[in-house]
Amino acid sequence: MPSEAEEFDLESSGGIRSFWTGTITFGLVTVPVALYSATRSRGTALRMVAPEGEPVQRKYVCSKDEEPLELDDLVRGYEIEKGKFVVVTDDELESIEPRKSREIDLKLFVDRDAIDPVYFDRGYFLVPGGGTNKAYRLLAEVMEKKKFAGIATFVMRDKEYLVAIMADDGILRAETLRFQDEIREPGDVGLPKKAKASAAEVKKFEAQIGRRAKKLDLRELTDDYEKRLEKLVAAKQRKHEDIVKVSEEEKPADEGGGEVVDLLAVLSKSLGGSGGRKAARKAPERKRSAAAKKK
Amino acid sequence: MAARAIWKGIIRLGTAKVPVKLYSAVTDRTVHFRLLHKTDKQPVRQKLISSESAEPVEYSDVRKAFPIDRGHMVVFEAEELEKLKPKESRDIEITRFVDPAGVDPRFYDRAYYLGPDGDAKAYFAAAEALAKKGKEGIARWVMRDREYVGALREEDGYLMLITMRHADEIIDASALKPPAGRPLQKREVEMAEQLLTALHGEFDPSEYHDEYRARVMDLVEQKAKGRKPKIAKFRPRTAKKDDQLDDVLAASLAKVKKSA
Repeated sequence: MPSEAEEFDLESSGGIRSFWTGTITFGLVTVPVALYSATRSRGTALRMVAPEGEPVQRKYVCSKDEEPLELDDLVRGYEIEKGKFVVVTDDELESIEPRKSREIDLKLFVDRDAIDPVYFDRGYFLVPGGGTNKAYRLLAEVMEKKKFAGIATFVMRDKEYLVAIMADDGILRAETLRFQDEIREPGDVGLPKKAKASAAEVKKFEAQIGRRAKKLDLRELTDDYEKRLEKLVAAKQRKHEDIVKVSEEEKPADEGGGEVVDLLAVLSKSLGGSGGRKAARKAPERKRSAAAKKK
Repeated sequence: MAARAIWKGIIRLGTAKVPVKLYSAVTDRTVHFRLLHKTDKQPVRQKLISSESAEPVEYSDVRKAFPIDRGHMVVFEAEELEKLKPKESRDIEITRFVDPAGVDPRFYDRAYYLGPDGDAKAYFAAAEALAKKGKEGIARWVMRDREYVGALREEDGYLMLITMRHADEIIDASALKPPAGRPLQKREVEMAEQLLTALHGEFDPSEYHDEYRARVMDLVEQKAKGRKPKIAKFRPRTAKKDDQLDDVLAASLAKVKKSA
């Protein structure tokens, strides 16, 4: 689907940056935060290269004269009829719901375990965004202790999200959830009417489940394709086969294609850099202006 | 309107077999935009360009490569990658059953309903057994040349399969240092606990609706008619200083109690 790829490229072209900055509120307490993705895109670190082995880049070009375009040359549009587009700017999209575009207002807290997994969409880390992190630490500590999740809706880019804010290891996370009308009912799909199962057969399955009841092992959540690919790479390296020289800027795959390591560095810096005994005593105004400059 | 099954498989559990059909349980309702060239308002195209010669490269000529260290890549033939693809199979293998509370929700990716494919007896027996045991099965299967891991669950009397992300797709919070600062005061923690408890309730997903979607479409319509939308900005309240947190919590509590 070209539209998705286009959006992704536009988003990632600026390197690692936060998806959203704004404020979490609970009661009258405000917690300035920035959102960073907690998942990396699926798939291997395979790159596209030209027949001779030199890396290729995706470029946007004008559909008429094929001239390469920069990000500043691009706008977003909605196709109202074939070939006719209405241009929509980020400011206009934010204007629709200015408050929800900047604030996640937690009016409800629920038990974390009460959220059905079917709703979970994507995970983000929340990093303290202002000059102070005390309210952040307080919210994280209490939610973690109580196993609560704070629920709200907010607007990020061009979409409204239902979100559950939760905490682990002192770090706040935002899990975007799907809206109920994005989840089909068994009847919508056309599943047959529920039938009564025979007690004997249920027992048989229960016994199977009991026999295999264990804890989740993350080693099972691996991709065998990646392992086979790594083996093939190692074999070719040993034989010095099909190895091409490229520019030093191409990051090796074991650096996570750059993405993950950079993200971890950014997160660690943001999380660690905005607190600390010394920092907490300094005038918050100074810290705030420093944070503003970074943007 | 019945949906079309996107795949057929057989759940294998010891000697038991449950033939199933797979249906997407989620629908995409996002408003999709296209990227346009600012000057002619027409969709842009993507082209591949050699990073060295800046010459265009045709998609059909592209090869795949794996970067091994700074400055080197291993290049593959299409056939070599073809051989790495997983073997086609209809089997959905269940390796273990786990307590759902022990699964980090970030692993859950996309939900699919399973429907019985033919005989429904084993299907409903498996669903009932999962419900009674309060467990979910960890499943592995190959669909459209890709290996999947997922959670087999009971949902409303039916079977559901939720694909899971691989372990290395999730960034572990334990790799990060939490923000540090002066220890929180006992009084602040207590007040925050009271506040969150007062705001605690049941999660009812039916109470939440995406109202924004309709308003985005409204904006598009208005603009199509040539009307210029007003630009409104919202300024969030600035965060209070750390030594004011105590007062803010007390005021929040008072407000919650008043409205209760």
